Amino acid sequence: MTTQTSQLLRFTTAGSVDDGKSTLIGRLLYDSKSIFEDQLDAIEKTSQRKGHDGVDLALFTDGLRDEREQGITIDVAYRYFSTPKRKFIIADTPGHIQYTRNMVTGASTANAAIILIDARNGVVEQTKRHSYIASLLQISHVIVCVNKMDLVDWSEDRFNEIVSEYEAVASKMLVKDVHYIPISALKGDNVVNRSENMNWYMGAPLLHSLETLHISSDINKVDARFAVQTVIRPQSEEHRDFRGYAGRVASGIFRPGDDVVVLPSGFQSKISRIDFDTKELNEAFAPMSVILSLDSDIDVSRGDMIVKANNQPEPEQDVEAMICWLNNKAARPRTKFSILHTTNEQKAMIREVVYKMNIDTLERNMDDKEIGMNDICRVKIRTTQPLMIDSYRENRTTGSFILIDDATNETVAAGMIL
Amino acid sequence: MNKYYLDHLEELESEAIFVLREVAANFQNPVILFSGGKDSIVVTHLAKKAFYPAKIPFSLLHVDTGHNFPETIDFRDKLVESLGVYLLVGSVQKSIDDGRVAEERGKNATRNSLQITTLLDTIEEERIDCAIGGARRDEEKARAKERFFSHRDDFGQWDPKNQRPELWNLFNAKHFEGEHFRVFPISNWTEMDVWGYILRENIAIPSLYYAHERRVLWRNNSWIPESEHLQIDENEEIVTKKIRFRTLGDITITGGIESDADTLEKIVAEVAAMRETERGNRADDKRSESAMEDRKRQGYF
Ligand SMILES: Nc1nc2c(ncn2[C@@H]2O[C@H](COP(=O)(O)OP(=O)(O)OP(=O)(O)O)[C@@H](O)[C@H]2O)c(=O)[nH]1
Ligand SMILES: [Mg+2]
Repeated sequence: MTTQTSQLLRFTTAGSVDDGKSTLIGRLLYDSKSIFEDQLDAIEKTSQRKGHDGVDLALFTDGLRDEREQGITIDVAYRYFSTPKRKFIIADTPGHIQYTRNMVTGASTANAAIILIDARNGVVEQTKRHSYIASLLQISHVIVCVNKMDLVDWSEDRFNEIVSEYEAVASKMLVKDVHYIPISALKGDNVVNRSENMNWYMGAPLLHSLETLHISSDINKVDARFAVQTVIRPQSEEHRDFRGYAGRVASGIFRPGDDVVVLPSGFQSKISRIDFDTKELNEAFAPMSVILSLDSDIDVSRGDMIVKANNQPEPEQDVEAMICWLNNKAARPRTKFSILHTTNEQKAMIREVVYKMNIDTLERNMDDKEIGMNDICRVKIRTTQPLMIDSYRENRTTGSFILIDDATNETVAAGMIL
Repeated sequence: MNKYYLDHLEELESEAIFVLREVAANFQNPVILFSGGKDSIVVTHLAKKAFYPAKIPFSLLHVDTGHNFPETIDFRDKLVESLGVYLLVGSVQKSIDDGRVAEERGKNATRNSLQITTLLDTIEEERIDCAIGGARRDEEKARAKERFFSHRDDFGQWDPKNQRPELWNLFNAKHFEGEHFRVFPISNWTEMDVWGYILRENIAIPSLYYAHERRVLWRNNSWIPESEHLQIDENEEIVTKKIRFRTLGDITITGGIESDADTLEKIVAEVAAMRETERGNRADDKRSESAMEDRKRQGYF
């Protein structure tokens, strides 16, 4: 069986409206033979009915009635495929600015981002916005696909022009690993198969790049962090004395015998055993879900964090972070929110807007302090109790949070701790 | 040799268990929607692993259309007993008798969409604040749009154009009185992953999934099993075939495929070679292009 030991790569699409994201995903699925016959039939029929020339590949991901009517993506669609080398989870996200919150949703769990650019238009504001969000989210690998090369005569000059345009933008952000590929999602050039129209391009097609991105080193193996989700106390005779803490290792490695500290209380203990189902384990690493037991009887509950004694996060009530505002209601000054950080929930208040990013110029605007829909700001937040934080750059799990509006229960902001 | 990464099934398993534990921590009265199909069996298996050595902290809820395969009910009762969990049954027949819903008529009548009312009534009566489902995003195009934690308003409705953002693994479970959540721990699994996992974990599943001889008739491109609820047309003929089912729903609408796969290994090999989706044989999805989205908006599974 080919799927037995393959690794999982999660990637997201990004880029402006109509740059061809959904078409590209359709093409990737189609050319890698990941489409089932009945799905293809259904889509051929719909395409015919709508009067398209060929099969509209975007329909493989645009699954909602409104999306099909309007020909745009509204919310993230998740698609799955595998090759002998890897398993893939794709988040196809909307390009429209109104649905940026859904792009952030799709991108937040990705290891890689494919940023599409329409070869005719070059880099536009949404390209920058999405690239900036991808860099804030610390998506380690970025593949820039210059799409619709068929509409610019497969021109190498045009491709190089856009590459330098994007490099100028990328230099103002923190993106490390950027690849560039000229493609035509519609015709299939350089998606799964090498293009015959662009012999000047020496690199690999997109699928090959996705199969070979090096992702194992993306996980933080150093700082051991374990947020307690719930306490396991069986009510049965057989396991009467068992008391364990269920959670998922956020980073680092835990072993029985390790000296640990429970935060925020600061109580010291040792790991007495690590269990998963009926098995006792001799180590647990990210992202394993396990149960830790400690060798002393201390008070531990949901929201607490177990860490190694010699490597602890900072307990902070004042947090500086970049936030993406995801709600159409603007943030009112000094409003209280619920803040969810790992499994810990507190109340929080935005005390100060340090600056707001001007997405078009990628410069900081120090004067505009209003936080509205889709704004990206640096803020100072104060919480009612200390949070056990790391910087997002070092730890995606202990460095991220969301803000929830208590009046509506809506998730209004995504935060990345500096 | 030490390896510090998980293979894809281990990673999917860990993700699902994280989600199930978040449910236990965030809700007062969560249930697992249990249909007796492979996906809800896998979710139940994951719940067992998530809380062991404690018991599963959820009840099972079966929305019973009355049009069941007898094997499914048998399997359900044995599983419930072995896990020591509480079984809630919402009865579609009762909803019909109480005049809450009206039976469809004609040859293609099903009780599929009637389940919505029974489900929502049960959720309200039992004050359920979270229903855990085995739906997967790869099953169907509207399901591909689901969040892990999917909010339902006080009419039980889903608003796909206005879903809450869902960042990282930070799940916002907040809701007002009368609202509830649907949570889908195996969102990211494919059909192949489910079978691969059943094989790896050696999970018991109803015999209907294995190839067996059965009296069936050919309708809508699949083999529909003979049952007391089946109306047979003049030009239709009951024959005996060796078949198995890829998904299990109501006996009236679940079509089987011809197959010799009578072991898990053979099923996995067969699924890997399939060129059609598992729901391709389900009459409930064929009614219109947005059949699933429309039902989901109203509160379907
Ligand atoms: N000529 C040409 N047209 C393309 C290509 N890729 C996409 N298109 C067309 O561009 C239009 C938009 O494509 P989509 O895939 O829906 O764009 P999108 O980026 O997903 O749009 P949103 O999701 O709404 O942001 C469609 O009409 C496609 O057929 C290409 O390589 N060449
Ligand atoms: Mg799209």
